[in-house]
Amino acid sequence: MASIGKIARRTFLLGAAAVAGGVAVGYWYVSRPYENPLEGEVAKGEATFNPYVKIASDDTITVIAPRAEMGQGVATTLAAFVAEELDVTLDRIKVEHGPASYAYYNAEMLAESGPFNFFDDSFLAEMTRSALGTVGKVLGLQGTGGSTSARDGFEKMRQAGAATRAVLMQAAAARLSLPVAELATENGRIVHARSGRSVSYGEVALDAASIAPPKSVTLRDKKDWKLLGKTQQRVDMHDKVTGAPIFGIDVRLPDMLYATVLISPVFGAKPVKADTSKAEKMSGVIKIVPLETVYGSGFGVIAKNTWAAFKGAEALDVEWGKPVNPADTDGLMQVIADAATKGEGDVMRNDGDVETAFADAPQAQLIEAEYRVPYLSHAPMEPMNCTAQLKDGHLTVWAPNQMPTLIRWLCADLAGVPLEQTTVHTTYMGGAFGRRGEIDYALYATLIAKEADGHPVKVTWTREEDMQHDCYRSAFIARMRARLGDDGLPQALDLRVAGQSMMASLVGRIFPGRSAPGPDNTTTDGSHNQPYTIPNYRVTGIKAPLTLPVSFWRSVGNSQNGFFHESAMDEIAHAGKTDPIELRRKLMREFPAAVAVVDKVAAMSNWGEKLPEGKAKGFAFVLSFGSWCAQVVQIAQTPGGIKLEKMWIAVDVGTALDPGIIEQQMVSGAIFGLSAAMNQKITFADGRVEQSNFHDFDAMRIFQAPQFEVAILENYHRMGGVGEVGTPPAAPALANAVFALTGKRVRSLPLSDEVVFA
Amino acid sequence: MRLNVNGNSLEIDADPDMPLLWALRDIAGIMGPKFGCGIAACGACTVHIDGVPVRSCSLPVGAVEGEITTIEGLSKGGELHPVQQAWLEEQVAQCGYCQAGQIMTAVALLDEIAEPTDEDIDNAMGGNLCRCGTYPRIRAAVKRAAALKTAEL
Ligand code: FES
Ligand code: FES
Repeated sequence: MASIGKIARRTFLLGAAAVAGGVAVGYWYVSRPYENPLEGEVAKGEATFNPYVKIASDDTITVIAPRAEMGQGVATTLAAFVAEELDVTLDRIKVEHGPASYAYYNAEMLAESGPFNFFDDSFLAEMTRSALGTVGKVLGLQGTGGSTSARDGFEKMRQAGAATRAVLMQAAAARLSLPVAELATENGRIVHARSGRSVSYGEVALDAASIAPPKSVTLRDKKDWKLLGKTQQRVDMHDKVTGAPIFGIDVRLPDMLYATVLISPVFGAKPVKADTSKAEKMSGVIKIVPLETVYGSGFGVIAKNTWAAFKGAEALDVEWGKPVNPADTDGLMQVIADAATKGEGDVMRNDGDVETAFADAPQAQLIEAEYRVPYLSHAPMEPMNCTAQLKDGHLTVWAPNQMPTLIRWLCADLAGVPLEQTTVHTTYMGGAFGRRGEIDYALYATLIAKEADGHPVKVTWTREEDMQHDCYRSAFIARMRARLGDDGLPQALDLRVAGQSMMASLVGRIFPGRSAPGPDNTTTDGSHNQPYTIPNYRVTGIKAPLTLPVSFWRSVGNSQNGFFHESAMDEIAHAGKTDPIELRRKLMREFPAAVAVVDKVAAMSNWGEKLPEGKAKGFAFVLSFGSWCAQVVQIAQTPGGIKLEKMWIAVDVGTALDPGIIEQQMVSGAIFGLSAAMNQKITFADGRVEQSNFHDFDAMRIFQAPQFEVAILENYHRMGGVGEVGTPPAAPALANAVFALTGKRVRSLPLSDEVVFA
Repeated sequence: MRLNVNGNSLEIDADPDMPLLWALRDIAGIMGPKFGCGIAACGACTVHIDGVPVRSCSLPVGAVEGEITTIEGLSKGGELHPVQQAWLEEQVAQCGYCQAGQIMTAVALLDEIAEPTDEDIDNAMGGNLCRCGTYPRIRAAVKRAAALKTAEL
């Protein structure tokens, strides 16, 4: 594993390089801190203009999508940015994932992780936002996460398209001996209207590549957009309906071997005793390789095919060490409960004077509650896998992943080859939801490739390995107390949220031995930054002292805080005899974008109508990733249990780049949240995860899926994300509906522990 | 042993206990059927044997008799199958990983029930998990495919 010193030094060198390179003439964004990674990669007859665009003489236009496609449609939207400014339709464009390169750093991903609330537009917040963006540049962090990809690409990739179009026009002007001002572009050609003469982009591409791009470009006004703002055909759809081999698990190379892993089911434990002889003798098994990384210890089984590797792993006889954390769920929850009650924490929001507000509160005006959410697995459809080859001093990794630069750093280190001799290919991902921001699969594959005599090895995990070796969404416990005023509105709200720190867990894995200093935003994200005005309002995050691997799970901190905060709001509404939607209108009146989505969803769902016996609705609102999302779900009691009938979603994303994809992501995010809220929990016994596959960690099935209606609003002046925004309000909306239907307030997820779903 | 896949007869050198899924993927190089769970719980590996949808992850290759069809064998002469066409038009797929299985199940459903109701669809497709939550569009696409198929006749 990489030593701290090495990583830190590299980080530092990168920073220096970024500063030194910053003086280069800029065109595709303010300065050009990194080499264009496509130079040296272009084929004959192909020209590259910047890290995002290649055009070949035969008119093939390739756009590099530096963010990974895991189903969220980002490849399509990123290609549309370039196409819009290049003045071509989307079907003219081929999309490739970028190589792992610092040029593709994601500034937005870090911008949202600062200590300021999204809606705080003060100068200071803006400063922090851009300063953190600079850190993204310095670290060269290329990542897909935080619903940031489209926002990050919005400027950079449109500029890339515009700059490319500008040099193509200049090259055409030279070729045709005509002034640039008389030329126009029309779907891949540069035309001179008066004479009818024209050339295609491809014909002048090589000339254009040698022209210095303009220092600044003017981007098309929103009202002139031809592609953006309209639903596009997804660029990956044809491959996905024909079963094309586009996923990591589909990688197939000459002389390839197959493998799987068996990692200690006890977190943090190593093998104490191992008998590998039986496995070694199994037919098709080639070699057993011991594995040790910061993620876990165990064995790799190299075989002639995946099935033989699976059988070989089953035949390994290993005794594992003792757990370092409490061995079962009760023990773990006790640690978290203690943290929630008496742990010292970080106050992430502190309006008014909460202590005084509670000091003289009459008992009748007090509400207290405790909420709980369990550990959760990501369980994307494609199990973890990675292919690696170490040959002639060069390491090549093919991985469905969200963090290619990190994989490149750490796998190079592990293989003992220089960074320049390491190539990472990002394949399509069969889902990720945050799981593929981890890099364990790549580390194991690299260690296995070291033992494979130069053969490429495809390492596929069983579903059981995948589910039992996730970096989980931590369990959390929140303690809430509220004081109501005579008007039924909250005078004070105090929320203490305790669970494992995701940032601490992550930093511990990537930079072993280091700890993440300061407060962890993700513990309270979705509670401390909601657009409610309450005179005395305090949110505290407490880190529970546990070391199970935890990480980002679709919508991160909002996944638990949406449930805590919006369950609390519903309880406050009922206790104060205020309609839940009316309560939101009152408390969020300072944020018109929030009130607008609340009003919209109320109208869509006909909130307040009298429902027949046995039906009820629930409401929730969460601002996350810069988008304002309100949901209403209607449920019905049926003989088989509670059935979800319909969900209405109103979301303000600021600028809607592709309504079709936004609608799809809202539904997708909601179903993801509902799946967890209804059924999912990861529990522990003997230091191991008890669930192993979809029979005991299932997700929503088609017969459980409600109908959906989505409205997209564009009131807010800044663009928000879409990939995770649908998830946070789903659980509280459903729990609030269950209360409305049954009178039972379920304060602990999954709901199926207390009620039955059809 | 010999397998009949998508109209081709293939010689397969595999342990008869190996699930059909791995024989197709690792040995025959047919990558359309996907590995999701290995225990017949998710449907990602669905293929047809003589038109009947089966979970190839849980069927030993030695026990297979009959004509196997995978997603690669659906389109004829470069034309998409009506179900694939409907999937394209409804823009169903997100990550896409479950979709080969979804499409194979939907094809079998429509061969049996020409105009399925929502309930028919929910019943037939319940074994196909989609973690991306594409269910509403799957329902719409199955109905569109039914219409496309009727129009073809
Ligand atoms: S892989 Fe066969 S049903 Fe899941
Ligand atoms: S489209 Fe991703 S699992 Fe179905």
